[in-house]
Amino acid sequence: MVPLSAYLILSAFLFATGVVGVATRRNVLIIFMSIELMLNAVNLAFVAFSRFLHSMDGQIIVLFVMTVAAAEVAVGLAIIIALFRNKETVDVAEINLMKW
Amino acid sequence: MEITLPPVDLGAITPELIVTGTALVILLVDLFLPRDRKTPLAYLSLLGLVLAFAASLPLWGRARYAFKESISLDPFSLFFSSLFLLIAALTILISTNYLEREEIHRGEYYALLLFATLGMMLLAKGMDLVVLFLGLETLSISLYTLAGFMRARLRSNESALKYLLLGAFASGFLLYGIAFLYGATGTTNLKKVAVFLGKGAPLSDPFLFIGAGLLIVGFGFKVATVPFHMWAPDVYEGAPTSVTAFMIAGTKAAAFSAFLRIFLYSLAPLKPNWSAVLWVLAVLTMTLGNVVAIAQQNIKRMLAYSSIAHAGYILVAVVAGGELGGSSILFYLLAYALMNLGAFAVVILLGQKGEENLNLPDYAGVGYRHPLPALAMAIFMFSLAGIPPTAGFMGKFYVFSAAVKAGYIGLAIIGVLNSVVSVFFYLRVTVMMYMREPRAEVGPIYTSPALAAALVIAVWGTLQLGLFPGRLLELALRSIRPLLG
Repeated sequence: MVPLSAYLILSAFLFATGVVGVATRRNVLIIFMSIELMLNAVNLAFVAFSRFLHSMDGQIIVLFVMTVAAAEVAVGLAIIIALFRNKETVDVAEINLMKW
Repeated sequence: MEITLPPVDLGAITPELIVTGTALVILLVDLFLPRDRKTPLAYLSLLGLVLAFAASLPLWGRARYAFKESISLDPFSLFFSSLFLLIAALTILISTNYLEREEIHRGEYYALLLFATLGMMLLAKGMDLVVLFLGLETLSISLYTLAGFMRARLRSNESALKYLLLGAFASGFLLYGIAFLYGATGTTNLKKVAVFLGKGAPLSDPFLFIGAGLLIVGFGFKVATVPFHMWAPDVYEGAPTSVTAFMIAGTKAAAFSAFLRIFLYSLAPLKPNWSAVLWVLAVLTMTLGNVVAIAQQNIKRMLAYSSIAHAGYILVAVVAGGELGGSSILFYLLAYALMNLGAFAVVILLGQKGEENLNLPDYAGVGYRHPLPALAMAIFMFSLAGIPPTAGFMGKFYVFSAAVKAGYIGLAIIGVLNSVVSVFFYLRVTVMMYMREPRAEVGPIYTSPALAAALVIAVWGTLQLGLFPGRLLELALRSIRPLLG
């Protein structure tokens, strides 16, 4: 059987990839995808824990997380479209009316 | 592995159901109202909030759990739900006028505000990490939309986008923290986590520390503590002013309610570990918030940095912990909500169409042109700076004395020094209003009975809590006790 640590290392790797993506990419859509990657890394951790703890909770949570992520994407894309209509760019470096 | 459905106990969540129902009714009624007459929706939502408050009163009697211990009805959650209902009601009162002026008076605004309130109430009542997560997301997703409510305005778009990206990023950390906590304890129920850790389980489990650390990062983003604060000034500046007021007063209180339940209650056995981290965060947050606020010219941005600094003061009380620290947080959050909503009511009142007239020099001579709003603003600024006899003074007094009594004297001294620094930029607003010549003529100010009512409530509350804090403090003590066991 694959040990728990293998799943957790993969999950941590995916999560870190997501974090690096958010921190370094400039395209809003790619940043958004990186965030989704982070959430999926978390889902993997939940499912792995659920299997090794013999508890169903972790798998139920994943369903909630996916639902919430879908809602977040819907709102997020709407916001990106609203922004694109006013200023035709998806580059975060150009979205800087106010200083970070 | 078996799934059992918890018994449905709708009586336990009547206030939430009323808020949700009102929001849905608003969406429906909105369809039948002409474009320029959306004010009835404001009254409808106020009615819903009042009914929800009335429905929460009978629940105060005895503490109990519902939905298989995933919802907790204790004085702590009810204190916070009432606070959120108050914040939402005040926000609606200061909104109508503003929305009309900015030509964004649409029905969804009220529905989204109520959905956000629902999320906050779930955050306070949630006894299970999943409920907390869902509450947080209900709140956040509504707020992303509200921050971008001025669709045609680039600043509002930018605010919404930044809030969305950083908010979702923070949710990722929070969720990862929940996953590790689940991995370490085998449950997401906060009561079971507390029992598990309380009965001498090994506290050296790395999963536990990773989980707690990630939760601190996630909540750090949500309440805007340094170094996770960089989104806050931009988001608060760009969002519609009424939404900024709601976010500053409401989100902070909501995030802290969940934070307290997790850290003061479930993770209490780990306090020596996390309080050291929070000590550092508190010092950084207070100092950076206050120092950078000095350099701000835009009032909204200044209040944004001030809100960061206030999160730092609240963290001081979290570090102090115990009955005194806990109750001072509840007191502080109410005081903080009143003075901030009041200050934003004045900012809205003095603002001009297109989010104009928001810079510090625009306030020159306001004291003579509009004496009453200026007086109110002066009271709120005194309160934010922590000058007696206001709520802000009593709040800071309780926070710092809790820190001293818990032995964190260094932290208390840094906090007091920080509030001395903050006096400078708060009083600058007052000086501007009363001691400078007015600038060239600006347009008339739009007032409305609703806005005036909100101002009166905020002023009354600020002074009331400053002069007679006893009763509320007693309530706060009673509310924090169930958490400390």
